[in-house]
Amino acid sequence: MQLGRVVGCVWATVKNPSLEGYRLLLVQPLASDLRDTGKRLVCTDWTGAGAGEMVYWVRGREASIAFLPGQPPSDATIVGIVDSVHRAAAKTSKPARQPAERH
Amino acid sequence: MLIGRVIGELVATHKHPSHEGSKILFVQPLNLDGSDRGDAVVALDAVDAGVGDRVLVTTEGFSAMTAVGRTQSPIDMAVIGFIDHVELVSGVA
Repeated sequence: MQLGRVVGCVWATVKNPSLEGYRLLLVQPLASDLRDTGKRLVCTDWTGAGAGEMVYWVRGREASIAFLPGQPPSDATIVGIVDSVHRAAAKTSKPARQPAERH
Repeated sequence: MLIGRVIGELVATHKHPSHEGSKILFVQPLNLDGSDRGDAVVALDAVDAGVGDRVLVTTEGFSAMTAVGRTQSPIDMAVIGFIDHVELVSGVA
């Protein structure tokens, strides 16, 4: 998945019939510092996100799986609206965890 | 798969039901020298990783879904292990 920000809506009157009823949004991918990075892309929307909201989106075959039993021909879908991102204060390395701490 | 460092966690109230109950991690892919490689990605957690951990990330749907234990769900990346050590063989790498 990748982090992004909704920057617009896309209307397509004529489209593949299996895309009918799905919202198409324009998404700007975001980098680790939450600044814009890369090119904008069109995503189908599972969440009902609005303009300006931070979201995360899935790409590939899984983009279509979000809508099961529907199967729109989509390769990018917004699957969550991000309320906040808790980032580490600094990118310092931490000692590796001991296996005993994990389950 | 990628080697990356967990640099944060996402809080998302409204998300696909298949993502409920898993941590959503913000992971920066790394080069072997530890420098950043490309943009950070969002991955579901399958090993209870936390911020600062160096981890192994799968970037393909089937393996990610299987790792999280939710097949037929929109998941394309998951954290599936901790990297303890990487050894490059001299003369080959």
